[in-house]
Amino acid sequence: MKYINEYRDKESAERYSQLIHNITTKQWNIMEVCGGQTHTIVKYGIDELLPKGINLIHGPGCPVCVTSLELIDKSIEIASQKNVIFCSFGDMMRVPGSKKDLLSVKAEGGDVRMLYSPLDAVKIAQENPAKEVIFFAVGFETTAPANAMSVYVAKERGFKNFSILVSHVLVPPAMEAILSSENNRVQGFLAAGHVCTVMGYNEYFPIAEKYKVPIVVTGFEPLDILQGIYMVVKQLEEGRAEVENQYSRAVQQEGNIKAQEIIGKVFKVGTRKWRGIGEIPDSGLVLQDEYIEYDASLKFGLADMVVEEPKECISGLILQGIKKPNECPAFGKICTPEHPLGATMVSSEGACAAYYRYRKQ
Amino acid sequence: MKEFTLQCPIPINDYPKVLLAHGGGGKLMHQLIEKMFKTAFGNEYLAQGHDSTTLNLPTGKIAYTTDSYVVKPLFFPGSDIGKLAIYGTVNDLSMSGAKPLYISLGLIIEEGFEMELLWKVVTSIKEATDEADVKIVTGDTKVVDKGKGDGIFINTSGIGIIEHQLNISPNSIRKGDVILINGDVGSHGMAIMSEREGLEFGTKIQSDCAPLNLIVEEIINAGIDVHCMRDLTRGGLTSAMNELAEQSKSEILIIEDSVPVREDVQGACEMLGFDPFYVANEGKFIAIVPAKDAEKCLGIMKKNEYGKDSGIIGRVTGTDKSGIVKLKSSIGTVRILDMLSGEQLPRIC
Repeated sequence: MKYINEYRDKESAERYSQLIHNITTKQWNIMEVCGGQTHTIVKYGIDELLPKGINLIHGPGCPVCVTSLELIDKSIEIASQKNVIFCSFGDMMRVPGSKKDLLSVKAEGGDVRMLYSPLDAVKIAQENPAKEVIFFAVGFETTAPANAMSVYVAKERGFKNFSILVSHVLVPPAMEAILSSENNRVQGFLAAGHVCTVMGYNEYFPIAEKYKVPIVVTGFEPLDILQGIYMVVKQLEEGRAEVENQYSRAVQQEGNIKAQEIIGKVFKVGTRKWRGIGEIPDSGLVLQDEYIEYDASLKFGLADMVVEEPKECISGLILQGIKKPNECPAFGKICTPEHPLGATMVSSEGACAAYYRYRKQ
Repeated sequence: MKEFTLQCPIPINDYPKVLLAHGGGGKLMHQLIEKMFKTAFGNEYLAQGHDSTTLNLPTGKIAYTTDSYVVKPLFFPGSDIGKLAIYGTVNDLSMSGAKPLYISLGLIIEEGFEMELLWKVVTSIKEATDEADVKIVTGDTKVVDKGKGDGIFINTSGIGIIEHQLNISPNSIRKGDVILINGDVGSHGMAIMSEREGLEFGTKIQSDCAPLNLIVEEIINAGIDVHCMRDLTRGGLTSAMNELAEQSKSEILIIEDSVPVREDVQGACEMLGFDPFYVANEGKFIAIVPAKDAEKCLGIMKKNEYGKDSGIIGRVTGTDKSGIVKLKSSIGTVRILDMLSGEQLPRIC
């Protein structure tokens, strides 16, 4: 398949592996920010192709994994109510809340629907005027434009029975939180390519300069990852800390201006609680005041809900790259995809799920 | 047998929809059986008209299997629930090397189901039985209250005779055996998925739904020492390989690049975050044969209509007490190919 198979080519992979070996003289800790990249690394065993000194740290870029337990519980609370249609991306359906997940709500008779586009939820709202239709607006900057568009369209058309449960998170504040932590080991980043297709990469220049870390915008295929690692290692070995773009076939420096405009129209930056990590200031998106009537959390009176996270799950440490999944005592024992303790074991982009599925160790 | 017509034999003006009475044991049910089912499937066994059918079977081993079909939508590109219900059972019988002969057909219909649509399903079942050369020898119809079913559910069971002396089972799998597949994977699941969700991928992905009894018969008649076969239905190639590895306590290595995946299927999978190795098929199977027979088996498979894209996709590389499947990836690394814990869910971004 064009634009896919070329990036999974054995000979090119070997060539890049050799290039990385040739330039590596020291130990380096590199974080791939996005869960999609973690998935590719573990699925293709890319770490096996690297010199021993290169340590890949799996980052927090899995939207399912970082959605707070509180928001999951809110989604379950809303979905369990009568006269509602609760819509979500498929990935969220199996994420455990405090007591159950959305699939269980569906099994108990709740009208929970798996959608591919938030605009489909607006259509459902139009077709079901007597019901409240809620879309679980999860994700990083990647899904923000489509989620924003759903609210924009609902308001334009005057649909009062539509709202979104906002769980948007932003990548750059999370990277800064990791870099400013006293436990930080990260020396270079593979930035999340698809986030940058929307946002561009101007936001990363101050971070690279302030923390003296190379940041390379990287794609998701095996060769993208290998080339991204090569570019980060090269910078580290040469003592540079710059922003570079490996994923130039999809990412432009200024990003997608149209998409940014709709995000800015509907959302503003606000504080967000990350699962396993806690609150990070200015790390999420919340609805602008003029769209506040579309906030499901307010509409259903759940704004003050607070939920404590279970102690035995170390997903917070995993999302910050401090521990690897196989260093967790619960991994593969009391925590499996069938009985996940935390979201990192659920989503296909979660580091624990990727380790379990492709390595069993 | 009466002449087969393309017109629905039930007077549509009188009964445009299936009523509870069509399963109630009275005149309407009698009319449905006589006019629709016997018109479509009529044969000497159904003509016996008893509570059970008497079959003549050669002495020796038979194979027996059952499966239920609840697919939505009922009609999808490349096939429909009727064909699926016949081929699914035919294929399960074929996997033990049996020659499928007799099929039972149970229909659970929701009250209000369009009579024309029922006829369309029945017509499709009829075509499938003709293609697979099997006979429907007994059946049952139930009609459930509106809202208590989902259109139509079908259950079939089947009997096949085993005429060979092979022991086709996971127990026969040995180190060094070669694994063959009869074509590309993932098209049925993605055809259903794109139809169900109204996804457009430029082309309509067609289901691979097909009967496998003939290709299997050709392999066995050629004297191939078949160790095991398995059709790749729900859970796809990965689940089938893991089941076999576990049952035979084997280590299996699959070469990723050798498994055919059609471009439209790969494209749809890439967009949704699915892995075609986990996606359902309805006309694909793997055959595990000793290395000495592999090329000959491949040649036979390629000549069959449902095996043109056959290929060797892996080997049994050793033993493992709990069974393990490994995959050599396109970039040359090796990883575990594990079963999924639930359904594949489309990812967020």
